[in-house]
Amino acid sequence: MPGMKLHFSRRSPAARGVGMKAVDRIEVRETPLDVAAEYSALQGNSGDGACTLFVGTVRDFNAGSDVCGLALEHYPGMTEKSLQRITCDARDRWSLGRVTIVHRVGPMQINDEIVFVGVTSPHRQAAFAACQYIMDRLKTEAPFWKREAVADQTGSAAERWVEARESDAAEMEKWSAG
Amino acid sequence: MVKVLFFARLRQQLGTGEISLADFSGSLSALREVLCEQHPDWSAHLQRDDIRMALNQELAESEAVVNAGDEVAFFPPVTGG
Repeated sequence: MPGMKLHFSRRSPAARGVGMKAVDRIEVRETPLDVAAEYSALQGNSGDGACTLFVGTVRDFNAGSDVCGLALEHYPGMTEKSLQRITCDARDRWSLGRVTIVHRVGPMQINDEIVFVGVTSPHRQAAFAACQYIMDRLKTEAPFWKREAVADQTGSAAERWVEARESDAAEMEKWSAG
Repeated sequence: MVKVLFFARLRQQLGTGEISLADFSGSLSALREVLCEQHPDWSAHLQRDDIRMALNQELAESEAVVNAGDEVAFFPPVTGG
């Protein structure tokens, strides 16, 4: 994508993963997310005063069409590495307690939760910023691809790959400029 | 041997998700040239400006050097989240 920067960690390959903490939870799963359970596990006994959550769900409308379903493909192995890298880089920027990223793959229904990002911190500013940073990076570099089933004008269903949005790349650019 | 993976729309366009290249060493862009020479009908899809590349499961630029045993991937812009 023109103008899009790649984000490489400052850590050496050997040190990668050191920035991950035992309290970080990263999972790619085919089964539904349990937002309440994820929140409880994240915030319970964290000792942090602030917790921010982002939950992304399957919309019923995209690019001018009614969406009837969605399937997510990913790159097993690289996906987890990418989410770990993003978590490590967020920890380099802010003082964080716990980080949880859970992303669903495979077939989904409208209103299903696709992604859960949760961050705890002693202070709300760090929790807000880190949660947004993680989502902005996830949207532009974690190897997931959406394929949606849409109803065409005749009412019959067709499948199409979801197009990447320039606005997502623009959001990510703001972090590079800062 | 270099393992080469394709994902999402690109996987469908090329009709395969994985191939192996024997005896290749060189840059990612050179590897892409070799694939297009072997499969002329792939060129229009693989050479698109928006195709991203990964080397050993890390995003990489076209100058990155590929060696035997490496895993390379080509894919369209990501759309998760």
